[in-house]
Order: sequence, then C-alpha cells, then structure tokens
Amino acid sequence: MSDAPAVQIHRLSKSFGGIEVLRDVDLTVYKGEVVSVLGSSGSGKSTMLRCINWLEEPDRGTIRIAGTRIGVDDKGRKMNNRELAAIRARTGMVFQSFNLWPHLTVLQNVMESPIQVKGMHKDEAHAVASALLEKVGMAEKADAYPFTLSGGQKQRVAIARALAMSPEVILFDEPTSALDPERVGEVLQVMKNLSAEGYTMIVVTHEMEFARAVSDQVVFLEKGLIIEKAAPEKFFTRPETERVRRFLELSA
Amino acid sequence: MSEWSIIWEARDLFFAGIWNTLVLFVLSFVAAFVLGCGMLFLLEERTRLSIVLRWVINLMRMLPFLILAYLLYYGLPQLGLRMSAWTAGLIALTIYHAAYIAEILRGARIVLPAGQIEAAKAHGFRPFRLFYRILLPQLVIKTRPLLGNQLIYALKDTAFLTIITVQELTAAANSVQATYFIPTEAFVVVIFFYWIISIALELALKWAGRFGAKRGFEHV
Repeated sequence: MSDAPAVQIHRLSKSFGGIEVLRDVDLTVYKGEVVSVLGSSGSGKSTMLRCINWLEEPDRGTIRIAGTRIGVDDKGRKMNNRELAAIRARTGMVFQSFNLWPHLTVLQNVMESPIQVKGMHKDEAHAVASALLEKVGMAEKADAYPFTLSGGQKQRVAIARALAMSPEVILFDEPTSALDPERVGEVLQVMKNLSAEGYTMIVVTHEMEFARAVSDQVVFLEKGLIIEKAAPEKFFTRPETERVRRFLELSA
Repeated sequence: MSEWSIIWEARDLFFAGIWNTLVLFVLSFVAAFVLGCGMLFLLEERTRLSIVLRWVINLMRMLPFLILAYLLYYGLPQLGLRMSAWTAGLIALTIYHAAYIAEILRGARIVLPAGQIEAAKAHGFRPFRLFYRILLPQLVIKTRPLLGNQLIYALKDTAFLTIITVQELTAAANSVQATYFIPTEAFVVVIFFYWIISIALELALKWAGRFGAKRGFEHV
C-alpha cells in the first residue's frame, strides 16, 4: 500500500428518474488497497462502482483514476469516445454475470483487449494471457468456449481478462452472487491471491468473511450515502451506526 | 428438331445468363452485406445521420424491388444520371438488400445482452473495434438462418433485372422462349439452375452453422 491514490471519488451524486441513488459520495482508494463495499440491494453500491469507469454517467462530482479525471476533463469538457476509452483501459471490471464474449475461446477472451485496445502484438498477448490463465487456474481450458464452463470457471476467466490490461484498479461488481455456493470459494481464493500480490481492488460484495479477511477498508452504503467507512476489524466488531449493527446481525 | 435440342443449341445463351446472374448475385450480396453492417454501425449511436438512415431503411423495405430497379434505370437519366442496365441492377440489388441485412442484424443487436458490451467498454474498447470484434461476429452467427433466407431472396431478385434489360438467366430463357415459342422447356431449365444454386447456398449455410454450434449459439 502506498500514498498514491488509485481512485479518488469526490462528491459523487447520481439520480435515476428523480430518485437519488448516490449522494455526495467521497471515497479514496490507495494503490494496493482492497476496499469492500457493503450495503443492501438498492443502496447504490453497484451504481457507485459503475460510475468509476463511467458505465454510468454521474450527475455531479469528480472521479480520478490514478490522478486523471474520467468522463470530463479538467476544463469541464465532456470526453469523447477515444479519451474515455483510454482511461477506461486503465481500469478492469469483473461483473456479476461474467459477461465473457461467447464467440471467443477462453484464451481469446483474455487476449482480445490487449490486442484491440493496447495494440499489443499477438504473440505477446498470447504469452500474457497464458500466464494469467495459469494464475487463475484455467490454463487447461484455454481453448474451450465460455458456454462449456461452470460459473466459477467463467468468473476466473473474467478476472484474467481484467488483469490482462494491467489495470490501476479492478472493480468487482458482486463477483460471486451468481455462483452456486460450492463455486464461490474458488473465485474468492483467486481474489485473495490478487490482494496478496498488491492489486488495487474495489469489491461490491455480500461475502462478509471475504470483506473481513481481505479488505483494508470497508464501506457501508445506505440509500446512496456512505454511512460508515472503517477498517474491517472496527467495522465488524464495533460498528458506529445502528443500521450497520442490524445489517451485521442479519447477515451473520 | 425437338424442343430440348433447341434448348441445347441455345446453351451459350443460358451459360452467359447463369454467369451474369452469379456475378450480379455474388457482387451485390457481398456489397450489400458490407453496406448493411456499415449501416448497423451508424445506427449504434443516435445521431442525425442515424435518424436519416432509419428512414432510408424503412423506405427500402416498403418499396417493391422492381420499382427500385425501374427508378434507377429509367428514372435517374431524367436527372442526368445515366448508367448501364447491369450497373443499375447491381446498385439496386445492393442497396435494397443492404437495408434488409441491416434490419436483420439490428433485430439481433437489440436483444444482445448489454453486459458483453459493457465489458468491452470497461476494458477500453472504442466504438468501432467493439462493433467489429465483439458485436458483429455474434450477430452474424445468431442471424445465420435469416441471412441465409435473405441470400435466397437476393438470388431470386436478380430475375427482376430482366425487365430492365439485364442479360441474366431469366432474360436468356425469355429470349429463347420468345424466339422458338417453347416456354415450358426454357423455364424448366431456368428453374433447374435457380434450384441448383439455392441448394448450394443451403449447403454452405448449413456448413456455416458449425461456427455457431461450436460456440454454443445453436443447439441443432
């Protein structure tokens, strides 16, 4: 962990059809940190994550990835597709529903972004992708198509795909929520390994044990507000708000 | 001389007609496919151009093909734009079927899961690469039967071009039957050739299905 922020969120607000989903959210994530974002469904945690790489366009507020503002430049001008893509390429994202590209093999899924976005040579991308598939334990399935994989396998490939861009931060949007219980562990294990390797991760999750064991910070969102932000030890043993106390009791 | 030997005597006319039909069909369909994909890409974002394009596509779909061919060949010279029947025919086939192909692909585009596109965006894909590498291959795999259907339509639409004097297969038959008054034999020959080409197309399409089957897009 270092003092350089990987992600800075400042006064982020977002509404959908008149309903405020995020209200003046502030969050700084330092390089090498793992931040778990907790909260009940509809609390705005996924929206916050999706604002970070501008999949959702915030109404107000600024977001910086490793110091560079995303979506709007420092003069307040809206970025064009090319500028937006260049910043997004520095973030990775892992989705609840995996979102692998079904027409490509496992290996091609991981190679595709470095080749198409970074202009990496095919041979180099092949080497990078093979190494990453090894890391997530999916090397034997390199030539398989996604439809033949289990959920846990798909998610591990999706993680390798995100890593292939050597992102400043990886955004996890409920990565284990669509998995059957037996498969959750294999994905969490990969994520634990990544955190040990020093990857910066923001994880929207319902996995309390993971949040407790792996996070550096735990953030709790309620109706679009961050109502608690603490180290996991404190968050899980001495929460400050009644709301979090009740949440922890119910999810225990 | 029997009717069939007359047909045999006129074989060069038929072969020239088949060749012309095949060239028109292949060129126009390839061009229509590229143009249709281009239209689909422009429809991705709502712009002034995309709105105009929607109108053009709908206009093509309401227009009988023959009228489009007439307009290009007989109508445009009034505006000072003159081209050969063959060129007019090729252009008519191309833009007409491009509109249909764009519409077929658009139908599949609308129901494509949004998550895959978000994944590509999140990894830094720009619109064209996203379209070309992520969207288009899947749309083509998914619409294979519909594109195949359109392929057959395009083949049969070449026959209309006989009316604007293009010397294709139907024109050859028409000229033989008019000269010797043997309509049944002349048109049986033509039907046979359209049928053979259609069967070849069907087989090619069936073969192309393995791409989708291998990737879990199809289950037959």
